[in-house]
Amino acid sequence: MKELDTSGYSCPEPVIMTKKALKDSPEGLIVIVDNRASKENVTRYATALGYSVETEEGKGNWKLKLSK
Amino acid sequence: MRFAEKGKLAATGIIIGAAAVVLTLLGNPGNMGFCIACFLRDTAGALHLHTTPIVEYVRPEIIGIILGSFVLSLISGDFRPRGGSSPVLRFIIGFIVMIGALVFLGCPLRMVIRLGGGDLNALVGLVGFIAGIGCGCIFLNNGFTLGKAEKQTNVEGVALPFITVLLFVLFLAVPSLFLFSESGPGSMHAPVAVALLAGLIVGAAAERTRLCMAGGIRDIFIVRDFTLISGFVAIFIAVLIGNLIGGSFHLGFSDQPVSHSMHIWNFLGMFAVGLGSVLLGGCPLRQLILAGEGSSDSAMAVLGMIVGAAFAHNFSLASSANTGPGINGKVAVVAGIVILLAIASIVTIRERRKA
Repeated sequence: MKELDTSGYSCPEPVIMTKKALKDSPEGLIVIVDNRASKENVTRYATALGYSVETEEGKGNWKLKLSK
Repeated sequence: MRFAEKGKLAATGIIIGAAAVVLTLLGNPGNMGFCIACFLRDTAGALHLHTTPIVEYVRPEIIGIILGSFVLSLISGDFRPRGGSSPVLRFIIGFIVMIGALVFLGCPLRMVIRLGGGDLNALVGLVGFIAGIGCGCIFLNNGFTLGKAEKQTNVEGVALPFITVLLFVLFLAVPSLFLFSESGPGSMHAPVAVALLAGLIVGAAAERTRLCMAGGIRDIFIVRDFTLISGFVAIFIAVLIGNLIGGSFHLGFSDQPVSHSMHIWNFLGMFAVGLGSVLLGGCPLRQLILAGEGSSDSAMAVLGMIVGAAFAHNFSLASSANTGPGINGKVAVVAGIVILLAIASIVTIRERRKA
């Protein structure tokens, strides 16, 4: 599964980056976010598109696994 | 989960709306509640950065909002000192946002508060605000970014909240250092303790829910998401109900508190605020909250807004109530919009070349 690292970017850029990355790999994606706002925004966006989101908390960041 | 999030945002919106109504009843200027732009401007005046006698006061609401966000983010673990994402550009954009807000006479928060009081000039502002956000979203969708923020030390993250505490202590202990209006909006204020408490509550609630006046409209444009807008709508409804109960709802364009009816300038002023807010990643309120969470980038935007407010009064860019902007203000808003568009275009073209 492709990985997208959005660390350092803040709202709404991680969502836009996710939107673009999902166009290239609609089957699923791993998105790394480093702040709670982006974590919630990306999760909300992916859920709205019908992806299921698994969240794994790392050191100062979260790994969101988006899959259909 | 989506419902819960919207519920929390709506609750925050109601808290903000209620706080605005209560603060106005207790002495803050009409339809102002706690306008971020106006109160940063008053604080700049109190600090002698400008010397317009009617708008000088150290606003405890601003101090409370930054500290409310700071304390809550420390507790919740959201406090993460970050910075280095185009700090000078953020300063400039913050500066222009303030000019736009002072030509319209209010930040996005006050625009909604004015709408809730029946001020139709704010509706013209809202149209400009939406247009500005829409314009900013075109750049975002095409790759606009102010770049990556890097981790910073805790000293850097704490700097602005610390200055805020220092300012408040000096305000209480040595008030003679500051300038205070004897008449006009700057002389109208709620008791210090209530104002500070309202700021702390709003800061904490807005930190939790990430309420943003620009973000709600932006999310609708970019991802068709209606979550953030619920806070915006809730503020409007709370203020509207408060004004209807208190008998201070007056529908119309004329005789509205601290406002003018030069439609084109209300539109363009808020256009600059909308566009600038999208480029910064949030409205003036959100910049205060993010600065409290340790973002030195947002702290730069806040400093830009304070300096912008000082310039706005020193160079007669700000509108005066009833008569609207003078020639300086008109030129400044148009120039500000041109600069924002230039920054956004150049950055976007560069990013597209890279991609």
